[in-house]
Amino acid sequence: MKKGYFGQYGGRFVPETLMPALIELEQAYLKYRKDKDFQKELAHLQKTYIGRPTSLYFAKRFTEHLGGAKVYLKREDLAHTGAHKINNALGQTLLAKRIGKKRIIAETGAGQHGVATATGAALIGLECDVYMGTQDMKRQALNVFRMRLLGARVLEVAVGSQTLKDAINESLRDWTTNVGTTHYVLGTVFGPHPFPSMVRDFQSIIGKEAKKQILQAEGRLPDYLVACVGGGSNAMGLFHEFLDDEIKMVGVEAGGKGIETGEHAARFAGGSVGVFQGCKTYLLQDDDGNILGTHSVSAGLDYAAVGPEHPFLKDMGRVEYTYATDDEALAAFELLSRKEGIIPALESAHAVAEAIKLAPKLSKDKIIIVNLSGRGDKDVQHVANIKGIEL
Amino acid sequence: MNRIEKVFKKLKAQNEKAFIPYIMAGDPSLDKTKEIVLMFEECGADIVELGVPFTDPLADGPTIQRAAERALKNGVTLKKVIALVKDLRQKTKIPLVLMTYYNPVFKYGEERFIADAKDAGVDGVIIPDLPPDEAGKFTRLAKNAALASIFLLAPTSTDERIKKVASASTGFIYYVSITGITGAQLLLDDSIEKSIKGIRKISDKPVAVGFGISTPDEAKAVAGVSDGVIIGSAIVKKAQASSDKEFRGFLLTLREVIK
Ligand SMILES: Cc1ncc(COP(=O)(O)O)c(C=O)c1O
Repeated sequence: MKKGYFGQYGGRFVPETLMPALIELEQAYLKYRKDKDFQKELAHLQKTYIGRPTSLYFAKRFTEHLGGAKVYLKREDLAHTGAHKINNALGQTLLAKRIGKKRIIAETGAGQHGVATATGAALIGLECDVYMGTQDMKRQALNVFRMRLLGARVLEVAVGSQTLKDAINESLRDWTTNVGTTHYVLGTVFGPHPFPSMVRDFQSIIGKEAKKQILQAEGRLPDYLVACVGGGSNAMGLFHEFLDDEIKMVGVEAGGKGIETGEHAARFAGGSVGVFQGCKTYLLQDDDGNILGTHSVSAGLDYAAVGPEHPFLKDMGRVEYTYATDDEALAAFELLSRKEGIIPALESAHAVAEAIKLAPKLSKDKIIIVNLSGRGDKDVQHVANIKGIEL
Repeated sequence: MNRIEKVFKKLKAQNEKAFIPYIMAGDPSLDKTKEIVLMFEECGADIVELGVPFTDPLADGPTIQRAAERALKNGVTLKKVIALVKDLRQKTKIPLVLMTYYNPVFKYGEERFIADAKDAGVDGVIIPDLPPDEAGKFTRLAKNAALASIFLLAPTSTDERIKKVASASTGFIYYVSITGITGAQLLLDDSIEKSIKGIRKISDKPVAVGFGISTPDEAKAVAGVSDGVIIGSAIVKKAQASSDKEFRGFLLTLREVIK
C-alpha cells in the first residue's frame, strides 16, 4: 500500500507550506511510537489522569428491555473530560511538547475535542486556541465555557456553514500561518497523513482494553462491535484491535432528518469519493465538487467527510455502515438514560440506536459491544430545547 | 512552447518582469469577469490568473473567501469558468491560468478536465491543495496536453521540497511570499530574495511571487528579486470597491512599477 494511503483513500492534499510540517510530524510520530520514555509517560497519564482502563459494562436492564443479544457498553464517557477525545488529545499534546511547539490549536464540533485539547494544554503547559463554528457554539454552549475555564481561547468561525468543516478550514489556515510555533491537534482520524493513522493509534487503546475485558467477562470475543462515525476516531479506536477477528462491525453515521431530505451527514449512504481537507475519501458533494451542507442533531457527527480508513474498510467488506436519524438517536438518548442511568452523548446515542435495532434480531447468546464514546451532559440543554422545555 | 513559457522568455530577453493579476471568476458576474480580464490585458498584464470558486478555500484569506462565496451564489462552477475562457479566446490571446482547488477537478475527472481546459484555451493550472507528491497523474496528463502545471513553494520549503516542486512545475514556479494564506500582511525583508536565490540554485525555471502583495511599493520590491508578481486579494478588493476608472488607474500603477 502507498505510504499514507488506505487502498485508494488517504494521502496528503495540503498547501506546500504545510508539507514540511507534516513530514516532520510523521517522523516524530514514528519515532515516539517506539520511544519507551514517551510510551511510559503516556501510559502513566492514561491511568492516573484519564482514568483508564474505562470499564466494559454489561447493560443488563437495557439488554432485557431489548430482549435479544447481550449489550455491553465500552464506557468512554467515564474517561476524564467525558469522551474518548482525550485519548488522542493527550497523546498529540505530549507529542507537540516533544517536538518543541509552544502552542496548540484544535477544531471542535461538539466541543468535546476542544475541551480535551484545552485540558491537555493545561496539563502540559501549552498555549491553546480552539476554532468552533457559530452554530456549534450555540448548541454546545456548556463546552464553550468549559474550554474558557481551562484557559483556552475559543475562536468563533462565522463563515460557511459555521460548523465543524469550517472550524477545520480555519484551523488549517491558522496552522499554515503559524506552523513554526504551533501544532494542530486534529480531533479525528481525518485530514492529511499522518493524522488518520496517528489518531487511530492513540485511540486504539479502546479496542485493546475492550478485548481483554470481554474475554474476562465472557471468555470469548463479541459477535458485533457498534460505534458512531463522525470523522471516525472512536469507531477506529474500537475496531482496530479486532480487524483480524471474525466479528461483525457496524459504523453508524448521522441520518439527520432522513437521507431522502438531503439533511443528513451520511457520507456512505449519500456521498461519493472526493478530496477534502487533506485526504481522498467519501464526502457529501454536489456534481461540481463543491461541499454540501450537512445536518445532524449531534454536532460531533455533523460533518461532510469521513476518515479515509473507513471507506477502505467498507470496500473490503470488513465494516458495514448504516445510519440513525435524529429521532432515533433522541429516542436512544432517553431510553439508555432510563434503563441504565447513563446519559449518552448524542453522538454515542446514534450507536445506541443501532443496538436497539440490532439486539432484538439476535439470539440471547450473542454479544454486542457498543462504544459509548461520550457522556451526554453537554447535550442536556440542547435536548431540552428540542423538546420545547425551558431550563 | 506553451504561451506562458513564451511570455517569460520574451520578458527575460527584454529584462522585464511579469505582471500577473488575479480575479475570481464570476464575482460579481461572468460578464464582468470577462470585462476585467480584457482590462487587465489593456493595462499591460502578461498573464491572467482566473480563480475558480470553491466552498472551502483553505489556502485563502477573507477577501478571496468572500469573492468565492459571491461567485458560488451566482452559480459559477468549474465548467462555467472553462466556458468563460473559451469565450474570452474570441477576444484575447493573453495566457490564462486557472487557480482551482483539487476537488472540483477530481470530480470533473482529471482527463476530461485537462482535455476541456486545453480545448477552451487555458494555458496553465494552479492547484494549491495538490502538491506534486499527489499529482503524478495530473502532471503527466498536463504535460501531454502542453498545459502548464504550476506548483507552489513556500518559505517553509526545504531543499528537498524545492527540488521536487521545481522539477514538477512547468510554465513557472509559484513562490508563496508569506507563511500564511492569501491576503495576509506581507513582511518585506530580505527573506524573499534569499529564498528565491535558494530556488535559483536548484532550478532555472521562472519564479513568480504571490500572496499578500498589495501595494505598488511591495510589488516593486518583489519584482526586483523575481521574474513576476502575482496580485490577488488587493485586486479583488479594488475591483469591488472602486469605479472602473480608479481600478484601471490601480492596474496601470502596478504595471508601471513591476519591471
Ligand atoms: C462523544 C463523541 N462521540 C463521537 C464523536 C465523533 O467523532 P469520531 O467519529 O471521530 O469519534 C464526537 C465528536 O465530537 C464526540 O464528541
